[in-house]
Amino acid sequence: MPDPHSIVVKGGRVVDASGEREADVVVVDGRIAAVGADLSADRTLDAAGCFVAPGLVDLHSHLREPGKEEAETVETGARGAALGGYTAILAMPNTTPAIDCEAVVRQVLDLGRAAPCDVLTSGAITVGRAGEQLAPMAEMAALGVRVFTDDGAGVQDNLLMRRAMEYAVGLGVILAQHCEDDALCGGGHMHEGEWSARLGIPGQPAEAEELMVMRDIALARLTGCRIHFQHLSTARSVAMVRDALAAGLPVTAEATPHHLTLTDAACASYDPVFKVNPPLRTPADVEAVRAGLADGTIATIATDHAPHAPETKELPFDLAPPGMLGLETALALALTELDLSVQQVLAALSWNPARILGIDDVHGAVAEGRPANLCVIDPEHTWTVSGAAMASRSTNTPYEGREVRGKVRHTVLHGEPVVVAGEAQR
Amino acid sequence: MSPLLGRHLLGVEDLDGREGIEAVMRLTDSFVEVSERAIPKVPALRGKTVAWLFYEDSTRTRLSFETAAKRLSADTMNFSVSSSSVKKGESLRDTARTIEAMGIDAIVVRHSSAGAPHRISGWVDAAVVNAGDGWHQHPTQALLDAYTIRQHLGSVEGHHIAIIGDIKHSRVARSDVAAFTTLGARVTLVAPPTLLPPSLEGWPVTVSHDLDAVLPTVDVAYLLRMQRERMTEALVPSLREYTATFGLTRRRAELLSPDALVMHPGPMNRGVEIAAEVADLPCSLILDQVRNGVAVRMAVLYLLLGAGADLVPPALDRTQEPEAVRA
Repeated sequence: MPDPHSIVVKGGRVVDASGEREADVVVVDGRIAAVGADLSADRTLDAAGCFVAPGLVDLHSHLREPGKEEAETVETGARGAALGGYTAILAMPNTTPAIDCEAVVRQVLDLGRAAPCDVLTSGAITVGRAGEQLAPMAEMAALGVRVFTDDGAGVQDNLLMRRAMEYAVGLGVILAQHCEDDALCGGGHMHEGEWSARLGIPGQPAEAEELMVMRDIALARLTGCRIHFQHLSTARSVAMVRDALAAGLPVTAEATPHHLTLTDAACASYDPVFKVNPPLRTPADVEAVRAGLADGTIATIATDHAPHAPETKELPFDLAPPGMLGLETALALALTELDLSVQQVLAALSWNPARILGIDDVHGAVAEGRPANLCVIDPEHTWTVSGAAMASRSTNTPYEGREVRGKVRHTVLHGEPVVVAGEAQR
Repeated sequence: MSPLLGRHLLGVEDLDGREGIEAVMRLTDSFVEVSERAIPKVPALRGKTVAWLFYEDSTRTRLSFETAAKRLSADTMNFSVSSSSVKKGESLRDTARTIEAMGIDAIVVRHSSAGAPHRISGWVDAAVVNAGDGWHQHPTQALLDAYTIRQHLGSVEGHHIAIIGDIKHSRVARSDVAAFTTLGARVTLVAPPTLLPPSLEGWPVTVSHDLDAVLPTVDVAYLLRMQRERMTEALVPSLREYTATFGLTRRRAELLSPDALVMHPGPMNRGVEIAAEVADLPCSLILDQVRNGVAVRMAVLYLLLGAGADLVPPALDRTQEPEAVRA
């Protein structure tokens, strides 16, 4: 007899790091009770024609709370994440106030407790993300913060970054860097090159990113600190990380869906929905980032989900804030646009980021006894991206109107179906 | 066929290539003639309303457009936008749609941000004219420059034009390069590398850093304004050094061939990019540019608001009575 509160995810093809097989998955009390053929339970979630994957994990979500609740909240961001197949997301600290001390960490974690997705938070490396003084990292680490970053800005000062990395070693935490040299960016608003020259938009050179990647690789060698490179966007950044990995340095890297699929030519519309930091680059850079993802140099696709209220994007390109939505489109774009197997796509979206974040005991696998964090993906479902249809409070998707393939049918969070048949349950 | 590809003039590429630019210049001939009349006014755009949406100070361009509109008997209104309202985050879309709701037929936009007129054109039904957007384009300036060259040299085609100075930050340079090369001129950009765009991929120009070598070969020396803040950005060490290397000094003007022309979009920094006495030489066309600017802008407004597909201006008949000319 099935357990009265049990759920079976039925008729799908289970895929995780151990491989693929046709199997049903039974969930009881928040955990995976069985994976096998012809299972039954009290409630059935239909997975016919679908992949049954571990829930996705995003290392880079801007949830805007506290401070910019008109653009997003922890709740709306997490709902979008659940609809996108995510069961865990890492909040970025560039809120107002910044997530740079125990009090704000607690606030975000408290808000996340009721969310339809596990919400973890990063902490700032420096007080107020101002790049001048180390934030109380131990105090935040004691609350479970595992990743520190000043994201939105890179730590500009070489010595301060060295100290942060040394200090992080003692805490066993990771530093994540938004690599951009502010001085060299010099007020740029898009990639500096042929398009910026033609459009008359001030540019920022690829070298502004590359200099900081180069510096942080050097500092990783010096300090032994684990460093995670956020949103790599240039061919030479990817090459440097590839060499650092070959040299055995403790580095990891992510790439965003947009740096894998869009180029700076999109800025010719002058629509700031295409404005993002680091900026959209050249076709050659996109190819290199794709190659880096394919060969494992880049371990994960992270969304850099960055909601902005619509009126802030109704400005000229240089006056609008950078950033684009990502949580509800990342999976479909990866399946549609990238020449990767489902296994590779899910590695980049699920078990690799779970491992980087140190939550691979909770997320990132479909196996008996583990917490039931699952996403059920219909790979043949085609749909049209619409910002207005998203759970986000904002609509700034650069993929508006694009037809994509692959949609999340169900998401199960610690045994609870939070998305069923493509609909958020709470 | 309209010389315009669409219903806006946002950049030189909105004109239908060489044919389009030449058609605008022929139309400009008619309006030059109008401007020379005792009563330089025609009823071509009577009942039409043109609004100025200037986010950036510009006395000369606004006056030029305003004169053009009034000579066509259009009504005009000025929506002056302080830069502070932009900093407050006022939506460009809201502003543009507010103006349009007042029943405007054309919006002439000047903005310090590249692409602002482009964005506005997507939100309104009115015709949008770019009167200069950031570093991007200033298409009516390019048309009046091309017209002035044609007026003095007979054509733009086949002539060698040097554009000298701060190309990187210049909307005039971007529009002029497009217009001059489309019309068949050879264009050389002369500037230190710090004042050139980061890429010239796809620009049909040659580049020189040696003004003395270029000047004897040109038919037109087109000077750009050198702004003082470029020094604080470490783009040039000092204005003195800039003038010494890239200024059209009295001595350097002697390198020009006797028939060569000197142009400048204004406002000039006398003593910086151009010596005072050079600006006043007979070969200097700076005031001709201003004069032609009015006629060119009449042609542009007429095309966008009056002519439709009909290029022969039917409404250029003289207004009989001064009373009938009330604007």
